[in-house]
Amino acid sequence: MSHLPVLPILIPLFAAALALFFENRRFGMAPQRVVAWTSMAAMLGVSVALAVEASSGRIPVYLVGDWPARLGIALMVDRLAALMLLVGQLLGAATLLHACAGWDRRAPHFHALFQFQMMGLNGAFLTGDVFNLFVFFEVLLIASYGLMLSGGRGERIRAGMHYVVFNIAASTLFLIALGLLYGLLGTLNMAEMAVRVAQAPPQDLALIQSAAGLLLVVFCAKAALLPLYFWLPETYTHAPAAVAGLFAVMTKVGLYAVLRVATLSFGAAGALDGFAWPALLALGGASLLLASLGVLAAQRLRSLAAYLVLGSAATLFIAFALATTGTIAAGLYYLVHSTFAGAALFLLADLIRRRRGSAGDRKDLVAALPRRLVPGVLFLVAAVSLAGLPPLSGFIGKLLLLEAVPAGSRTLWVWALVLGSSFLMLVGLARAGTRLFWRVEPWPDASPERLAEYTPVDAMKAAPSRPLETAATVLLLGYGIVMVVAAAPLLDYTRAAAAQLQSPGDYVQQVRAATPHLREP
Amino acid sequence: MELAMASAIGILTAAGVYLLLRARSFDVILGLTLLSYATNLLIFAGGRLVAGKPPVLRDGVAADLANYTDPLPQALVLTAIVIAFAMTAVSIVVAIRSRADNDSDHVDGRRAEREFLRAERRRHEEAREEARAAAQAEAEAERTGDRP
Repeated sequence: MSHLPVLPILIPLFAAALALFFENRRFGMAPQRVVAWTSMAAMLGVSVALAVEASSGRIPVYLVGDWPARLGIALMVDRLAALMLLVGQLLGAATLLHACAGWDRRAPHFHALFQFQMMGLNGAFLTGDVFNLFVFFEVLLIASYGLMLSGGRGERIRAGMHYVVFNIAASTLFLIALGLLYGLLGTLNMAEMAVRVAQAPPQDLALIQSAAGLLLVVFCAKAALLPLYFWLPETYTHAPAAVAGLFAVMTKVGLYAVLRVATLSFGAAGALDGFAWPALLALGGASLLLASLGVLAAQRLRSLAAYLVLGSAATLFIAFALATTGTIAAGLYYLVHSTFAGAALFLLADLIRRRRGSAGDRKDLVAALPRRLVPGVLFLVAAVSLAGLPPLSGFIGKLLLLEAVPAGSRTLWVWALVLGSSFLMLVGLARAGTRLFWRVEPWPDASPERLAEYTPVDAMKAAPSRPLETAATVLLLGYGIVMVVAAAPLLDYTRAAAAQLQSPGDYVQQVRAATPHLREP
Repeated sequence: MELAMASAIGILTAAGVYLLLRARSFDVILGLTLLSYATNLLIFAGGRLVAGKPPVLRDGVAADLANYTDPLPQALVLTAIVIAFAMTAVSIVVAIRSRADNDSDHVDGRRAEREFLRAERRRHEEAREEARAAAQAEAEAERTGDRP
């Protein structure tokens, strides 16, 4: 039996401990960075190997501690988990590159927290047990609190307070749902739960639905679905750039959990088949509309990026809630795209902010922008991708989604919502671009107050050039271009992943076939 | 036994939600703590409430739920307790830092507190005006002998 599935969890755990040992004041930054990049390279290698193995269609099941799956914790690596794992490593590599430009020196213990974050993300994608999913959610959340607040002060701490309290409340709901589900079904293994739901007596179904609904509320809070998204724009706006970029995958964890639990645990053509999909579809549409209005209303580029992350999560809710192989496949492609493009915009906002002096990334203030060619081109690529214009990956994702919407009464308004929101986001991005890159001189008739706010370029202190930060942004946008060039194999993979998700019986069979090697149950 | 347990969970949840919705960070943290107590009791009850049954296997006794209580919820609740403890510590540290940086322990920061205090002061002044007007009216009535 291969130990490959457990390595994405163990590698960052040991790397975090090592990074704590190599403390900055005694050893400097170099040993920490060596540990961080060694761990990242190892995790990336393991993720590629797991993705190759998952491509064959098998579902490796790893029994942690060699306990039977119905008693202990099982890790599962299907196509979806392998895809999410790979996306997480690629995003982590880019944000780590950005942080190594200097933020990791200012934030205490950045590399240890970053590795714990990767451990939580990897564990959430790999585990096949709902309680263990809760544990890994907590690991990634605690690491995210540290990453967001480390090196911060003032407004960031206040936004962090909201973030911490909201997520602790969501975790409490998670535990309530788990307690109810275990009391009713007798197991918390995702695949085994499907069998127990099918066998449940009719008088228990209402309570099982309540517990399942509570679980979905928790995952929707994680994925920032209306009305549970008010924490996200403030948090992401105030987070450091590299951390906000890494957080682009956090909403995807919630979406992954919704998709996993809805298709596997509650989707075995039993009493709960299709449970909550209509509600998620409606709420996804409403979230998409509000996110688009947020893009128009945002005053800061980072707030605009946060609302774009919200919009992409809402689009994915629509794709997954339609629950056909085509829409889920399109959603998975769009998920990968929006993670990379959203993170790129956060890093780009930091590049622009540091160049504009005291105006920062506020687009209502006129400010000179020295050396704006490189950030301008990068912004153009990111905007085209995020708005869903051809020829970049956002367009392909949305086109596939619109094509795959099943014919019926919902087709018209799903199309209207997706196309309308794309138009609004395009307007918001275009306006941001013109204000940041073209309006770099005050109007000739500007009032004295406006002139007082303006800092001419020759009086502006030049921001230090950090090639690593630009390289990280280019890397993330490059991922999107690779997704266009390699669209055919990637779409084959996502279609196979979507088809696999629609056959939960394979998971149940695979989990039950996994037997301990050394221990008698 | 079930009624007592359910009542305890309900009361803790109600108190926790009430405190969670208050405006000061310490109250919010207390609310989260009460909610975690309620959740721990709920997880424990997930294995059903029994008296006198051990969770550990003994030789010669059949391994089924007729002879034993379910040990898994007890293991789950230990994990939940540890995580809740860590989260409480994190939230207290963040609250202390937020109070130091923003000069206020209001959950929405100093500006919200200023508005809150201004509204409070306005309410106090209105109440004092009403009391003063009532006293004047009573004195006027006393002077003119309007009482029956």
